[in-house]
Amino acid sequence: MAGQPFEAQLEELDSIVTSLEDGRLPLEDALALYERGMRLAKACQDRLDEAELRVRRLRVVAPDADGQEMFALDAFETDE
Amino acid sequence: MRIVGVSELTRYLKDLMAEDYLLQDVWVQGEISNYTQAASGHRYFSLKDGAATLRCALFAGYRARPVRNGMAVFAHGRIGLWEQRGDLQFYVDDVRDAGVGELSLRFEALKARLEAEGLFAPERKRPLPERVQVVGVVTSPQAAALRDILRTLRLRCPLVEVILAPALVQGDGAAEQVAGAIDALNAHGRTDVIIVARGGGSIEELWAFNEEVVARAIARSRVPVVTGVGHETDFTIADFVADLRASTPTAAAMAVTPDAAVWRASLFDLAGRLDLAMAETLEAQRDALALSARRLERASPLRQIEDTRQRVDSAAQALTLRLGHLLALRREALRADALRLHALSPLLTIARGYAIVRREPDGALISSVGQVAAGDGLNILLSDGRIAAVAGPRLPDEPDINYESHAGAQSKTGERDDIGKAGRGLGAMPRARTRE
Repeated sequence: MAGQPFEAQLEELDSIVTSLEDGRLPLEDALALYERGMRLAKACQDRLDEAELRVRRLRVVAPDADGQEMFALDAFETDE
Repeated sequence: MRIVGVSELTRYLKDLMAEDYLLQDVWVQGEISNYTQAASGHRYFSLKDGAATLRCALFAGYRARPVRNGMAVFAHGRIGLWEQRGDLQFYVDDVRDAGVGELSLRFEALKARLEAEGLFAPERKRPLPERVQVVGVVTSPQAAALRDILRTLRLRCPLVEVILAPALVQGDGAAEQVAGAIDALNAHGRTDVIIVARGGGSIEELWAFNEEVVARAIARSRVPVVTGVGHETDFTIADFVADLRASTPTAAAMAVTPDAAVWRASLFDLAGRLDLAMAETLEAQRDALALSARRLERASPLRQIEDTRQRVDSAAQALTLRLGHLLALRREALRADALRLHALSPLLTIARGYAIVRREPDGALISSVGQVAAGDGLNILLSDGRIAAVAGPRLPDEPDINYESHAGAQSKTGERDDIGKAGRGLGAMPRARTRE
């Protein structure tokens, strides 16, 4: 769930809400959807609250045997 | 030999120049002399080099840089003829300092070439991805531009991840490093969008972004590129090739990311609606359950039996009522019949002095003299009793009585209703005729 883009989670939540609002689901399905929706909402909220910009620096290491470039991502300290 | 007037000749020359493409759009390099500015705002000067002089006019309205005598410049404009004086004149619309001017010319030349190649075409521009998770940034790690970008992303959308591809952004080799960084981000393959950025500076300081190598790297980038170079008024070749030109590094950071505040608002709205929708769903289910229970109760066999019993009761009641009514009617009719019967009873006739005569021993009613022979036993019924008698011989007829007619009326006594009618209608009209 966390690997998804934030927008995707928000969209799934939106479609869940829309389905529930439609009001034609069997009770069991509605409950399952509600539960899923609650988890999504919580996950989204947590992501927003805990988000901290991650900055890394791209470094070209060396071309490999096939001449393919190799990369490394180094930590990048920002002054903020 | 043909002789022409001066006006005709100058007009001819003027037309000739007007048709020459080169003369109508030309950059001329030279040094300024004889500079004057008229009250009208028009400026006049000469451009000269070691061997020649060109008369120039720069009309008010063209916002060329201020120039002074002795300044080396590039001037752009068209060559024409000032007919009144017969002078060749350079109508200037742009003047640039020759130092900077040379860069400008290179800028214009590259711009024209890449434009002709189609690198700036609107259809080449790709839309920025809607879901950006990783932002590649090409700039100097020390640049103010990078601080601006990171601050903006932190405030606006800290959910994204930044990969910095460091590059010198001015000086020797800067263009190659910028191009290399763009290529490296593409090869690395994790970025969704690339920002190429540098803070404000002079045209020389921004020059790397006017180099062809950078333009080519942007053009071949598979990842969409947004430029944020210099200030709002600065345009570089990189800006023209990029998928989107943002006016500053900060604007570039805003352009590539959604505003998390909008997400927060959506999330708040959705969470509220989720709870409400669930509450309403439960409510609806509860209602449906109650409705089903009521329907079940209504459909129950006990209920049907109850209903049927009630119907039977009610039918029985109705039947009783109706029977009572019918009985009353019958009773009434019976009473009327009894009264009428009483009126017709032979006993009443007997009471008026008549008698009923029966023959003994068979009891046959005697209505004709032919039924009785002399010596037959007779039983005579009177109003208050019976007398036995023996018949004597037949007597002669009494002359006043019409026996035939009387016998006909008697034969119709089978139906009560007809007695009166028959009695009244005798001899007057046959009964069948009265019905017609």
